[in-house]
Amino acid sequence: MTLADIPGLYNYWVVILLMMVGLYIVVSRGNLVKKIVGLVVFQTSVFLLYISMGKIIGGTAPILTGRPEIFSNPLPHVLILTAIVVGISTTALGLALVVRIGDAYGTIEEDEIAKADHEAEFGGPETP
Amino acid sequence: MINIVLLTFLALTALAIVRLRHLFAVVMLTGVYSLLSAGLFVLLDAVDVAFTEAAVGAGISTVLMLGTLALTSRREKVPGRTPLLPLIVVMITGAALLYGTLDMPRFGDPDAPIHRHVAPRYIQKSGTEVGVPNIVTSVLASYRGFDTLGEVTVIFTAGIGILLLLGGTGGRRRKDEETEEEG
Repeated sequence: MTLADIPGLYNYWVVILLMMVGLYIVVSRGNLVKKIVGLVVFQTSVFLLYISMGKIIGGTAPILTGRPEIFSNPLPHVLILTAIVVGISTTALGLALVVRIGDAYGTIEEDEIAKADHEAEFGGPETP
Repeated sequence: MINIVLLTFLALTALAIVRLRHLFAVVMLTGVYSLLSAGLFVLLDAVDVAFTEAAVGAGISTVLMLGTLALTSRREKVPGRTPLLPLIVVMITGAALLYGTLDMPRFGDPDAPIHRHVAPRYIQKSGTEVGVPNIVTSVLASYRGFDTLGEVTVIFTAGIGILLLLGGTGGRRRKDEETEEEG
């Protein structure tokens, strides 16, 4: 690749940065709500990746007007519409799990939940 | 040009989400993040996706998360140590993905393989075959109707799961999670 390729790849690079930020939140944060926020960030950046691939420079939204026009690719739009709806159902299910965990343990921090589990199983605090 | 500005704002919002400990602010920034990406979808010609994202991502999911915060806690605990391992994992994954983009067709290229396969047929024939001006609608409801059926099944399953998780426990009220599920 050369320097002239950078404008053509900028979109993908920012999208990958966003994905990695989402992944970092999911693996590094112990708070369960924060983890779900990380998943949402990751998800939205995947949507952006797909929609970026469907774009044609000089194209318009794929709605037939009767005039000859260049249309951007409608297929990624359809896939991502489905993905958004599936995404909100998984987010809702995850949040319901968080509420349930919060009820059962009194906390939504991962390490405190692990500690409570350990105490319930072995009857004492963890000794490293 | 607006494209680049919006992408930069998105990146800044995402970094702010990582830094903040106050969960209410995090949830609000997630809404902002969704709204910014909806604006970007409009620029990228995906108008249907844009208003779905604005309604579902910025609206419903923010409400759901606020409901969860109201039922649990509002502050994130400060971790004892800085997580180095996640950072390394993320760096390696990101580098691999960046390497992958070098072979991708450049942004906006009309000759990319994605534009040469089935999409031209949808664009040329859907007007006469389905008769709806919006090509996205005709693909969603007609050519790929089974996908949409699968999607409805997923929503139904998630709804049942949420009802099983939150219903029948008694005690506190938890209606907000169940009623907003229709999204």
